[in-house]
Amino acid sequence: MAEVAQGNNLGTNPGTNLGTNQGGSVAVRKKWGRGFDIKKQSGFTTIAMICFVMLYAPILTLVVYSFNAGTSVAIWAGFSWRWYESAWANQQVYDASIRSLTIATFAAVVSTIVATMAALATTRTKPFPGLTFIYAFINQPLMVPEIVTGIALLIFFAAIKVATGYTGLGYLLIAHTAFCIPFAYLPIRARLENMDLSLERAAADLYATPFKTFRYVTLPLLWPGVLAGGMLAFVISLDDVVITELVKSGGQDTLPTYMLGQLRRIVTPEMNAISSVFLAISIVMVTIFFLLNRKKT
Amino acid sequence: MADGKSASNPAASAAAAVDRRDTRNRWLLSAPALIILLFAAIGPLIIVVVYSFLKKGDYGGVEWQFSGDGWYSVILQKDIFTDAVTVADAHVSILLRSVKLSFFTTILALLFGFPTAYFIATRNEKSRELWLFLITIPFWTNLLIRTFAVMEVIRNEGIVNSLLLGLGVIDAPLQIMFTDFAVMMGLLYVYLPLMVLPLYASMERIDFRLVEAGYDLYATRWRVLRHVIFPLVKPGVIAGSILVFIPSLGAYVTPRVLGGGRNLMLGNLIEMQFGQGRNWPLGAALSITLMAIVMIALLLYVRNASKTEARHG
Amino acid sequence: MSAAVAVEAKNVSKIFGTAGAEVRALDNVSVTIRQNEFFTLLGPSGCGKTTLLRLIAGFEMPSEGSILLEGDEVAHLPPYKRHVNTVFQSYALFPHMTVAQNIAFGLEMLGKPKAEVQQTVAAMLKLVRMEELKDRRTSQISGGQQQRVALARALAPRPKVLLLDEPLSALDLKLRKEMQIELKRMQMETGITFIFVTHDQEEALTMSDRIAVMSKGKILQIGSPTEIYEHPTVRFVADFIGETNFIEAEVTQRIGGDGQIKLPSGVTISHPVAENVGVGAVVTLAIRPERIDLVRPGAEAHLNGKISNVVYFGTDTTFHVEIDGANKHVTARVQNRRGHQEVLKAGDAVGLRVAPDAMQILKD
Repeated sequence: MAEVAQGNNLGTNPGTNLGTNQGGSVAVRKKWGRGFDIKKQSGFTTIAMICFVMLYAPILTLVVYSFNAGTSVAIWAGFSWRWYESAWANQQVYDASIRSLTIATFAAVVSTIVATMAALATTRTKPFPGLTFIYAFINQPLMVPEIVTGIALLIFFAAIKVATGYTGLGYLLIAHTAFCIPFAYLPIRARLENMDLSLERAAADLYATPFKTFRYVTLPLLWPGVLAGGMLAFVISLDDVVITELVKSGGQDTLPTYMLGQLRRIVTPEMNAISSVFLAISIVMVTIFFLLNRKKT
Repeated sequence: MADGKSASNPAASAAAAVDRRDTRNRWLLSAPALIILLFAAIGPLIIVVVYSFLKKGDYGGVEWQFSGDGWYSVILQKDIFTDAVTVADAHVSILLRSVKLSFFTTILALLFGFPTAYFIATRNEKSRELWLFLITIPFWTNLLIRTFAVMEVIRNEGIVNSLLLGLGVIDAPLQIMFTDFAVMMGLLYVYLPLMVLPLYASMERIDFRLVEAGYDLYATRWRVLRHVIFPLVKPGVIAGSILVFIPSLGAYVTPRVLGGGRNLMLGNLIEMQFGQGRNWPLGAALSITLMAIVMIALLLYVRNASKTEARHG
Repeated sequence: MSAAVAVEAKNVSKIFGTAGAEVRALDNVSVTIRQNEFFTLLGPSGCGKTTLLRLIAGFEMPSEGSILLEGDEVAHLPPYKRHVNTVFQSYALFPHMTVAQNIAFGLEMLGKPKAEVQQTVAAMLKLVRMEELKDRRTSQISGGQQQRVALARALAPRPKVLLLDEPLSALDLKLRKEMQIELKRMQMETGITFIFVTHDQEEALTMSDRIAVMSKGKILQIGSPTEIYEHPTVRFVADFIGETNFIEAEVTQRIGGDGQIKLPSGVTISHPVAENVGVGAVVTLAIRPERIDLVRPGAEAHLNGKISNVVYFGTDTTFHVEIDGANKHVTARVQNRRGHQEVLKAGDAVGLRVAPDAMQILKD
């Protein structure tokens, strides 16, 4: 609501802000034709446009050349689906994709569940002993550079591998779940904090037990936040390169680490094709996330 | 809560018991998240600290024996033959390069990000959402893919060089890849949204009546920007700078892909200690050094933020 | 008046905050609310009225004392085990449910059979005149309609007591007046005990059977609207409800329960005084402006003074009078049909006459 009010305030036509130009002579009116725009800063729009072009030109180029019939990523040789076909037929890509999706799904589901529980425990309460500690603990992965977390896990898991002999996917699953927790936690917490506790009070007042209150009031209202948190966690897990690269055992490439390995060689548009599919998934996710968050207000 | 006076009262002690139960339930509810994080995030970090004080193993790993060598080798090195101690040029130069590249990336991001955020904040409500969406999309897409996209553009056989060669502007491809400049452009490209978003958040709140007042009092556009707008969005500037600086400093993928083997940053140096270099204690010490720099930056930010808040509140 | 008791609070205190920074929201409050009563808790914000309501609803637990619902101790039962319902200040309607679903919620939670739920919901929709909007989302109806739905939802389970937490404060003046009448009608129709919290004295006076005036965590006076208005016992009540003049006077003599009280003008009146007020004590008299008549200065008058200001209000006129022999202003409100406003003007000397029963001696 506050945002809307703000928006109206900013949205006032700049021309109407200074009414002094209205009654001037014809010459003056021409010169000040559209009024004095108080928001204008010279060159800003140009720089902004350069920024947007800069952000999107490389991505668009990448997508365009994924359809290149030739083997170059710079010389256009006509339209073709061949690189999508070759990526699809590539067993390594297939395996890595399945692995990426498995890890991301697991990490998203588990981290969202535990983050939801933690968010319920740490919002809408008067301060209790340990509250700040829990906050700090949950947000910790956001404060530490990825490379450091990766190294830490490498050391720790190496010790466990030696001790137990287990080298399965479990290490990646738990590592991804851990660094996804704060990303799942944040949107859920934001949603909870905007939720009026009086609704749960009303439910309790109307004879709903704590479980029923959660089932029929809290969860339905919290659901968009849970979905948003889950999607954010999914994307973050899917995108991860550094930690996966350091934690994975042999033959456990995910799509990003497979791509990182391929970048050392001569790159064909097959990489572009894989990237484009990846991009498409991300864009769909952001769009849904955006819409979910907007509905709230 | 449960002081002697009220504890003697049955109603009060019942209320205190309810409080205690509530606290316990909240801890139990947080427990799964805390346990996972303890096992796969915080616990391992403590081990890193321990490892940094151990003796390096001959083929990677460590020996369980106290040693200051890890920390020692962060900035110093001992000649294997003469035992002469010198400054570890390789490490120090990588450390300095990391700070330098991150710093300039931050400045560039601010120079480009400020006008962009301002542009978005001054759109009307509807189109503002669209522009913001456009800034958010790259932020959500894979960092590796974005770095790859930059690489495609600046490679010797990439778009820029093909174009310039084709137009006859240059005779031989420009070597952009594997330079500090390439790394910096890559970092700028991948972290620019992190500058724009907090800047936008604080610009969106600008009360433009203040800007009007500035013009009314004879300020030029530049002076309004300098003396009215900039002070108002300073918290956003600081937040954005921190958000760009910190991940740049710890960057691993971008310098690896665009910088090649020569233009390393701290992240790559750390990783190398667990790969070819195989000096785990040094790697651990470097990790903690990086983390310490990040923590100091964050602390400065938090202090600044609370100071600004106090001033405005 | 030996009606059955609905709610009883016994020596209830509520302390917020931790040791050292304690806030006593309720301080040893005792009150008995009868069945079928429209009972109002009235007081300024922060007086503890909402806290008392929340203690009865079960959202807070008392630090000391007990709360009985029809004779049973409920102080430590959670809200969902108490047969009381609340109409929240913010209405707290479930945004993800329709109007009908909101009203059915309590009944469903109680596990009532489907047919009964439907029947009751239909009856409630009728009671609050919302049949046509029953399938709307609660975000798609107006504030006044939300108010009705909140009422219907709270009434549907037929609670022993209905708690209303400033439910009218979000409505505009016209709607508020309408709802005051509606509320009273619903209370009569359903026969449910209403406990109503408000800071609006007019609301309290027009709807209540009895009012408890609260300040700083204590109940100062309980009584019918007339008692509260006409016979306030303490200065706060006299001051908070309506306009009042306070005049200090000295007790010069006691004869039985009556005292001879000397006004600043020197005129002595006879008035019942409390046991503990001795000769020589200074008491405060509360006098409502509309109970003062303007007369010629002299023998007939209780107080004499000079008019300092005349304010015309349409239906009546207010005279500000500076009292002789006391550094004090008194306000007198006179209906305009008496014609005083045309004759008297600032600077005129005037006498004030007050009916003996309109002078109220305050405890403090």
